[in-house]
Amino acid sequence: MDIFIQQIINGLVLGSIYALVALGYTMVYGILGLINFAHGEVVMLGALTAYSTITGLLGLGVPLPLAALAGLAVAALLCMAVGYTVERVAYRPLRGAPRLAPLITAIGVSIVLQNGAMMVWGRNYHAFPNLVPERQYDVFGATITLLQVLTVLLAALTMAGLMLLVLRTRLGRAMRATAENPAIAQLMGVDVNRIVSLTFVLGSALAALAGLMVSANYSIAHYYMGFILGLKAFTAAVLGGIGNLAGAMVGGILLGLIESLGAGYIGDLTGGFFGSNYQDVFAFFVLIAVLVFRPSGLVGEKVAERA
Amino acid sequence: MTAPAASPAISPVGRTPIPARVWAAYAGLALLLALLPCLVGGVLGLGNAWLRTLNFAVLYVMLALGLNIVVGFAGLLDLGYIAFYAVGAYLYALLASPHFGLHLPAWAILPAGAALAGLFGVILGAPTLRLRGDYLAIVTLGFGEIVRIFLNNLNAPVNITNGPQGVSGIDPLAFFGVSLAKPVVVAGFTLPPLAATYYVFLLLALGVVFVTLRLENSRIGRAWVAIREDEIAAKACGIDTRNIKLLAFAMGASFGGVAGGLFAGFQAFVSPESFSLMESVMVLCMVVLGGMGHIPGVILGAVLLSLLPEAFRYAAVPVQKYLFGHVVVDPESLRMLLFGLALILVMLYRPAGLWPSPLRKRELKRSTS
Amino acid sequence: MTKTCPARPAYPHPLASAAPLALLIAAALAGCGNKEEPKPAATPATAPAVAPTITVRIGHVGPLTGPQAHLGKDNEDGALLAIDDLNAQGIEIGGAKAKFELLSEDDQADPKQGTIVAQKLVDAKVNGIVGHLNSGTTIPASKIYFDAGIPQVSGSATNPKYTQQGFNTAFRVMTNDVQQGLVLGEYGVKKLGAKKIALVDDRTAYGQGLADEVEKSIKANGGEVVAREFTNDKATDFKAILTKIKSKKPDLIVYAGMDAQAGPLMKQLRELGIKSNFLTGDGGCTPEFMKLAGEAAEGQMCSLPGVPLDKMPGGPAFVNKFKVKFNTDIQLYAPYVYDATMVLADAMKRAGSADPAKYLPEVAKTDYQGVTARIAFDAKGDLKSGPISLYKYAGGKLQFVETVGGGAGGSGGDAPVPAKGDGQK
Repeated sequence: MDIFIQQIINGLVLGSIYALVALGYTMVYGILGLINFAHGEVVMLGALTAYSTITGLLGLGVPLPLAALAGLAVAALLCMAVGYTVERVAYRPLRGAPRLAPLITAIGVSIVLQNGAMMVWGRNYHAFPNLVPERQYDVFGATITLLQVLTVLLAALTMAGLMLLVLRTRLGRAMRATAENPAIAQLMGVDVNRIVSLTFVLGSALAALAGLMVSANYSIAHYYMGFILGLKAFTAAVLGGIGNLAGAMVGGILLGLIESLGAGYIGDLTGGFFGSNYQDVFAFFVLIAVLVFRPSGLVGEKVAERA
Repeated sequence: MTAPAASPAISPVGRTPIPARVWAAYAGLALLLALLPCLVGGVLGLGNAWLRTLNFAVLYVMLALGLNIVVGFAGLLDLGYIAFYAVGAYLYALLASPHFGLHLPAWAILPAGAALAGLFGVILGAPTLRLRGDYLAIVTLGFGEIVRIFLNNLNAPVNITNGPQGVSGIDPLAFFGVSLAKPVVVAGFTLPPLAATYYVFLLLALGVVFVTLRLENSRIGRAWVAIREDEIAAKACGIDTRNIKLLAFAMGASFGGVAGGLFAGFQAFVSPESFSLMESVMVLCMVVLGGMGHIPGVILGAVLLSLLPEAFRYAAVPVQKYLFGHVVVDPESLRMLLFGLALILVMLYRPAGLWPSPLRKRELKRSTS
Repeated sequence: MTKTCPARPAYPHPLASAAPLALLIAAALAGCGNKEEPKPAATPATAPAVAPTITVRIGHVGPLTGPQAHLGKDNEDGALLAIDDLNAQGIEIGGAKAKFELLSEDDQADPKQGTIVAQKLVDAKVNGIVGHLNSGTTIPASKIYFDAGIPQVSGSATNPKYTQQGFNTAFRVMTNDVQQGLVLGEYGVKKLGAKKIALVDDRTAYGQGLADEVEKSIKANGGEVVAREFTNDKATDFKAILTKIKSKKPDLIVYAGMDAQAGPLMKQLRELGIKSNFLTGDGGCTPEFMKLAGEAAEGQMCSLPGVPLDKMPGGPAFVNKFKVKFNTDIQLYAPYVYDATMVLADAMKRAGSADPAKYLPEVAKTDYQGVTARIAFDAKGDLKSGPISLYKYAGGKLQFVETVGGGAGGSGGDAPVPAKGDGQK
């Protein structure tokens, strides 16, 4: 039983990380209907910038909490700048272009960001410093660390904050209007370009936060980390219903749980024929099954047929 | 494909006699293609590496044309296309290598690979019929990964694919008893293996081009385009959207299967790492960058994207030396950086692709105005 | 295309096009005609013996971009250092002073690109090849080198298949998976006294190959494999499989894969409160591992083929030189690639020629004191009875424990290593 609880905890933490990254995907998608494939790379930039800032400041004797906050701030600023630039340069000119054109630029942007990061931070893996004391708690025989608790809380808080922003503020209303119909929103006096830019900037700040949390959790930062993370988060966002904030959260957590339970129990379920090597297969099968029955994701609204 | 309401610049479908200069252009193109290996190897002095790159480029033309059926014609975003390539490649590898001790001839395996890949296409297509856009993309992506993971792990408990070790010692491609691994003598003229392989690939690629050209203007091709433009309207017009979509998946996949078989025979080694998601993405880039749904454009895209990284490989050091006098940036980092930039720039300046179909060009004009 | 779609701004008139075309044909045919001539001759860039100096070009291939770029660069650095040393020594080959040059290529760990760059190096008429890094690219490329008759020495490809293809040009200065797996399994059971062992591999050619051999060896030595779990070479979260392993209560966990996964895995292992010992192969035997695993690495063990650098003649000097030249620590395979390059140069020296056809037989007869081991090849091109050393992570350093297996430089053959892994499937 304690093993099962441990697997649930593992899945929850992993899922929260996916959810954090997926929130950024889904925000941009909600407004523009664009898969920002470069989002994973922005997360990576956030992680590496935070790494450099934090280790640099720690080296100067700055206390850890301050260094961590500074790291987050610098990473967020850099990511926001990058996000803004990418939107202006690579996506905005393509609004109204064929649907797949921005997908290709997104891939181009991620290749550029990845190789740029490789030139700056080198090819080596960086060991990310511990941000919070290594404290462990016992939950029915399973263990959870302080950092993991923080990760789950932070993901939930971020989602709640975003929901508030989107549903309760003027900016949020403008975002929803833009998502609904940019042309009409424009007629109603919404500065669509500004809203889209703001969405990207916000999404990138989120990416910085996600990057920091990912690296803190796995104590690792590397220029190639964005790709697989982006992929998983994208999967999570679609599973939940892309474009929907709650969906990203649900999808993320669910994907984390599926992966964790899959790796833990596939072997027993299939009499040892399949092992944890089929963990991703299991995850994708669940994804396909979900989408076959709910073609627009778990929480996704039923979009009109000609989406 | 040409709508009746086409602007007068575009001639209707009816066969008008083809002007002589078009014939001349075709003849020139044919000659160029026929002499390309000699040009590359001999006159331009580029060597066999380019010939090999060229062979891969032709393989990618086949792949891109296959994916074009699904993405370009039928408008179904497919991110797992490389799975069919993998199916074709592994079928060849398993049936013509010491792994199972089977050595079936290529002429038998390649069609079988096409058929099996087609079947996989239907298997992928069936559960995804109701999905569209990005949901379809993620499911196809998942399918591609599932195939790769199975290939990577089916070495236990029963060893089928030899797992991550891959299958080595695959028989070289051979047709009518002539192996492409050795120099081929044709009418007293000796062709080095790479050139001979090029001709075989080219021939098959031309076959694929021919089939897709014929498909484009057939009932089926029009049905695909109808589904792409508006599925509900297509259904209302009496198109059996389910079967037509499945057909798109199957046809596209079967081209991938053939290309996969050729790849296995050419490389003499297959392993799951050749069939990663990045490969799917690359083929998709070729289709979109060249001009989705437009066959010459797709061919251009495939050729360009397979040659470009190699060209950068050659240019990265000399260009830097010329500009700065010494190497400032690692050539390999620069190579990928330039590649990424090229993708962005091309799409910014030609959002419909480098060589879009006239129809899409008009569409684009309409939607932006 | 059947329409009047302008396929290409064509020649203005069919006849006008004939002239350039004719030229084109003539030129191309001339090209083809020439082509057959130089091929068999394939004289490398070595000038005739009269020339006072000859240029020897060594090709190197590894992934210099992508997730394994740090190892690829490390390999490249190893080769570069060897080239520098060779040039500093002023070696004479066949009476002519040799100037060594490195041609380095990036294969992105992609088999397709591996063959393209292999061809590129063959075209450039390199005299020898060190590389590639991954077995997945080494194997398809080895055919191209074999066809061109160019000797290839890999410093890091461990898949037994590489040397089993019957290519007389394929060598490696690294133990293969079979040799290392045997030692790891035996060491775990016999020396560490582990009865119940859990195995994790990363499903790469390297990880899976090594893990399979470790499993066999564990069973042969009377140990029990209580769990066989898998991850992948891009993973960062291992909690799910580790939790499962925890329930089996193993004495020892063996990981077959690279440092970038081994480090976080080690750390997460302790976070879950698993007390088992940890043992890994060469992929995890790096400073990177200790950096990533932090304190969790303390006291755990890994193995590296060969003999520790500080026990080898020229070893400490090598470490210093490396550090000074590249301002970074050795990652993993640089010393092996260094040796690989030296083996080629040594064979050229003995043959008195840098012509691949002439010095290839000498490569097979190599008996060279490298910085990693005394290098000699068996009939297939594998390292003859390669010694394997075990290390302990202690105080942020890799501490040498002992050397097992292998004749030269080792502590004697208490673990007889079979020359060949016929156990493969």
